[in-house]
Amino acid sequence: MFNASLRHALQHRGAKPVLWLLCLMPFMWLVWGAVNDTLGANPAEYLIRATGDWTLRLLCVTLAVTPVRVMLGLPELAKFRRMLGLFTYFYVVLHALSYCGFDMGFEWGDVLADIAKRPFILVGFSAFVLLTPLALTSFNRAIRWLGAQRWQWLHRLVYVVAVLAVLHFFWMRAGKSNFAEVFVYASVLSVLLLFRLRGVIRSRRG
Amino acid sequence: MRLNQFSKNAATGFEHGLSSEITPQAVYAQRRDWLKQIAAGAAGLSMSAWASREAFAQVSNAAVVRAGKLAPLTGAVSRVSGANTMEKITAYTDATSYNNFYEFGTDKSDPAKYAHTLQTQPWSVEVEGLVKKPGRFDLDALLKLSPMEERIYRLRCVEGWSMVVPWVGYSLAELIKRVEPLGSAKYVEFITQADPKTMPGVRSRVLDWPYVEGLRLDEAMHPLTLLSFGMYGEVLPNQNGAPVRLVVPWKYGFKSAKSLVKIRFVEKQPINSWGRSAPQEYGFYSNVNPNVDHPRWSQATERRIGEDGLFAKKRKTLMFNGYEAQVGQLYAGMDLSKLY
Repeated sequence: MFNASLRHALQHRGAKPVLWLLCLMPFMWLVWGAVNDTLGANPAEYLIRATGDWTLRLLCVTLAVTPVRVMLGLPELAKFRRMLGLFTYFYVVLHALSYCGFDMGFEWGDVLADIAKRPFILVGFSAFVLLTPLALTSFNRAIRWLGAQRWQWLHRLVYVVAVLAVLHFFWMRAGKSNFAEVFVYASVLSVLLLFRLRGVIRSRRG
Repeated sequence: MRLNQFSKNAATGFEHGLSSEITPQAVYAQRRDWLKQIAAGAAGLSMSAWASREAFAQVSNAAVVRAGKLAPLTGAVSRVSGANTMEKITAYTDATSYNNFYEFGTDKSDPAKYAHTLQTQPWSVEVEGLVKKPGRFDLDALLKLSPMEERIYRLRCVEGWSMVVPWVGYSLAELIKRVEPLGSAKYVEFITQADPKTMPGVRSRVLDWPYVEGLRLDEAMHPLTLLSFGMYGEVLPNQNGAPVRLVVPWKYGFKSAKSLVKIRFVEKQPINSWGRSAPQEYGFYSNVNPNVDHPRWSQATERRIGEDGLFAKKRKTLMFNGYEAQVGQLYAGMDLSKLY
């Protein structure tokens, strides 16, 4: 019963726009906060951290789509995955821009020097770079151009990105020895990755 | 250089006026606003800070607006060189809601949220070790030990942000002279309150508790090193290290230990909490130094809380946080890139 009504809701025409708005809400909330000065004493730091947090959260949600779809038998979920992936990229772009702008004052020389000098920044930057081809090849024609198999291989980069993102977050928190949140993201992403590995191993056996 | 000249003026030129001469708060607040507007339109930042402070010169540090939240604790304008920066004072709400005090959590909003449980009465500070006159000082005795001064210091956090805070207290040297250190005392160790019942962060293991800091004896004796009991004309809020803390303005903020319970005079260099936790990141001296980067970020610039807008470039960090004229000679001949 529950499953049927959930599937019905997911098939609704309004489902995608609703999700789109939901994904945009953190962004709108941050803009509102920046304009009205409600982000605390250090709004620049707040924006850099919040955009990073939302990137990690959306990355987890995007990667959870397929496991949840298979386990709960909700084929309708597949059509939301691209939007979630693109929103992940949207937030990582905001994160990178916030860092370059609010922290480095758009001094590109300083940004490059910072990336070269600090492993923690380099790891985050690499994750951002690796996510870029995924965003660029997210439309249907790109799948046709690349061929489904090559496209899928390319998009498995997302797991490398996930590992780098958690490492970046871990390093950032290392100064305060404060790993509770890092542990949460690392656990969620590990479970999702294990689910995929299980699938790969099973299909090999079969 | 120019700042120095101004602080000299501040140290020697300010007099307490008669109460009838004191400008009412409403008037000076208003004056402050239009001065700000003029400054924004025409002069540079340094000029505006100068102009606004000059306008209040007759009422001592009238630029310090009390928040009206806690018991008043006022001090005379300090005559110590460098103790009255002309820069714009950080808003009380920012200075009391954004800071590090790990005993209440690692987030910078945690101290303001959780420090209300801190018990500051009764309070005493034990002075022990290599001194002729060790003893336990009750808070009341400490408050009366020397006249209170108001000192407007820059505060530079090792994380890359800064504030300008009006503290109330007196030079730690006043206390040190009274306990008469022995010739063998070379360092001073500061031990802070660590009560898991009232300080939730102490239950976590992010640092070894209690939080410990240290200074060389000559650093501790420097007149700028402040034993502080208040800020913004009031007693210290719990989250800022009530009821008594250290303020060492030329060092990164974590050197200024909060909620002191013990001061110990020792022969060997103490190991401070951050030095123990991450020796490759935090040295014993931790003098503000734009030329020596933290391993994970640059120390060349800083963001002044509440002033540098989102799109403003961060300001350059000054050597010894701008107190080089006063404290530079303490480090003559030392390789500060090694002894960071």
